[in-house]
Amino acid sequence: MKLDPVALTVFIAFFGLVTVLGFFAARWRRGDLSQLDEWGLGGRRFGTIVSWFLIGGDLYTAYTLIAVPALVYGVGAAGFFAVPYTILAYPIMFAVMPRLWNVSKRHSFVTPADFVRGRYGSDSLALAIALTGILATMPYIALQLVGMQVVIGAMGVTGSGFAADLPLVIAFLILAAYTYTSGLRAPAMIAFVKDAMIYIVVVAAVVAIPSKLGGFGHVFAAAQARFASAVPPAGAVILGPRGYWSYATLALGSAMALFIYPHAVTGVLSSARVDVVKRNAALLPAYSLLLGLVALLGYAAIAAGIHVAVPSQVMPALFKAMFPSWFAGFAFAAIAIGALVPAAVMSIAAANLWTRNIYKTFLKPAATGAEEASVAKMASLVVKLGALVFIIGVPTQYAINLQLLGGIWILQTFPAIVTGLFRRWFHDTALLWGWFAGMVAGTDLSLSQGFKPTFAFTIGSQTIAPYIGMDALLVNLVVTMALTVALDRARIPRCADVTSPADYESVPAPVVVPTTTLGTR
Amino acid sequence: MQPRSQGKRTHWWLLILPFAGLLFPGFYAHAEPALFGFPFFYWYQFGWLLVSSALTAFVYLRSR
Repeated sequence: MKLDPVALTVFIAFFGLVTVLGFFAARWRRGDLSQLDEWGLGGRRFGTIVSWFLIGGDLYTAYTLIAVPALVYGVGAAGFFAVPYTILAYPIMFAVMPRLWNVSKRHSFVTPADFVRGRYGSDSLALAIALTGILATMPYIALQLVGMQVVIGAMGVTGSGFAADLPLVIAFLILAAYTYTSGLRAPAMIAFVKDAMIYIVVVAAVVAIPSKLGGFGHVFAAAQARFASAVPPAGAVILGPRGYWSYATLALGSAMALFIYPHAVTGVLSSARVDVVKRNAALLPAYSLLLGLVALLGYAAIAAGIHVAVPSQVMPALFKAMFPSWFAGFAFAAIAIGALVPAAVMSIAAANLWTRNIYKTFLKPAATGAEEASVAKMASLVVKLGALVFIIGVPTQYAINLQLLGGIWILQTFPAIVTGLFRRWFHDTALLWGWFAGMVAGTDLSLSQGFKPTFAFTIGSQTIAPYIGMDALLVNLVVTMALTVALDRARIPRCADVTSPADYESVPAPVVVPTTTLGTR
Repeated sequence: MQPRSQGKRTHWWLLILPFAGLLFPGFYAHAEPALFGFPFFYWYQFGWLLVSSALTAFVYLRSR
């Protein structure tokens, strides 16, 4: 591939801009960055607009914007499950996350595992939740690097040996440095630039590309023609009956998992008020619209006759074919910067888990707030370096497989976190064993299918292939319920709960009537 | 306060609708009727995106 100097210049200019912003962010809404609440949650001070950009930038990652259209390009309608997934996640967010925000605010919880420890009083259950979160987040960070790698490659920046990875290493070292100094404020500030750029790119792409290709009707027809001509048939534009179960369970399971990912919790807990969380449950679906439109660009790539060696190159290749150099550079910068926001938030979330639920709980219970913050800063560096070494050292497919496994794993924390926010039905020991059973069942099924997300089995004459994460969750819930009954019958005592029912409710702010003005009214 | 908090809970059931609308793909996995070149399968789901967001906003405003 030839080096594209125009695209590269635009790319470097925008990357430079966000680097400056990232370091400048330390001074934004200045707080004492030597405290974990300030470094790792931005002081819990973000309003509706900042949170909208931060959470949106955090959940709709660069990898998502590359992988979803690549999947639609490859298999058609089955890949579109990302849309019902990112619709259904929000009613769940609306019902669940305000309760988590309330209880976390009242008890100064920073991570989902902090909540579980407070609610169930069990250090080992909290450790299980924290380890699951860290394990699921690490490959996700690594995949953000894949997003960057793809666009850097698309601009023709190539080399051999260490030189090939040098641009990626530089970009990541910059990211690591400003996350270290500015904490969550850095991705919050960069998210403004990132999302504005992504929206511009997507609107331009959705307006310009289909009209160049003869309209959406023609795009869908061209895609259907290619799927039909493949031997064996590769997919379809309209989902077939065999795909119904997979589609619905992938959408539901992923939606249930989305907001219990540590980076999603970090984004939500950084909100200033519970109303910010509720409003964003109604406003964030704007990003799902964006994702749906991006997904359809997978069909546009088919209609445009794009052929690529690796599916993840579909989007960059389409942009290169359809846009002038300068705008392609802008689009690539948007994707690369899009990788920085989630990578930063994820590394902060993983660092918070390590610090609060492993370091402070097991290694140094007496740690002060300042010690916690400095441990978390170091941990965020270690996590990012780990991701970098991983992506350079091992085949990309490993990171993709581990991220798929991560989704299954995170779903196994659903019973402890989400049911715990409403009722304390389950015994803490039962939850721990249920989690273990779900983790083993999910991992085993996934490995047996070569990391394919679904597992087919036959009931009567019907073959269904639900999402493995949901199979494992079922195992998890059955074990949890059975053991809860058994342990309670055997009068094995439950650990203490530090929360009370009122901690979960949003109390309206008391109306303060200044007494001095009473007489004048 | 009591009647109002009862009212809160009834609105919450509206949040079930997107699940009912989207979790049975057999209902909407069809090409026709198409709209602006979009097969039914696609515009139906985009439609739910808007409806779901509106329902969430409605429940938020009524439960405030």
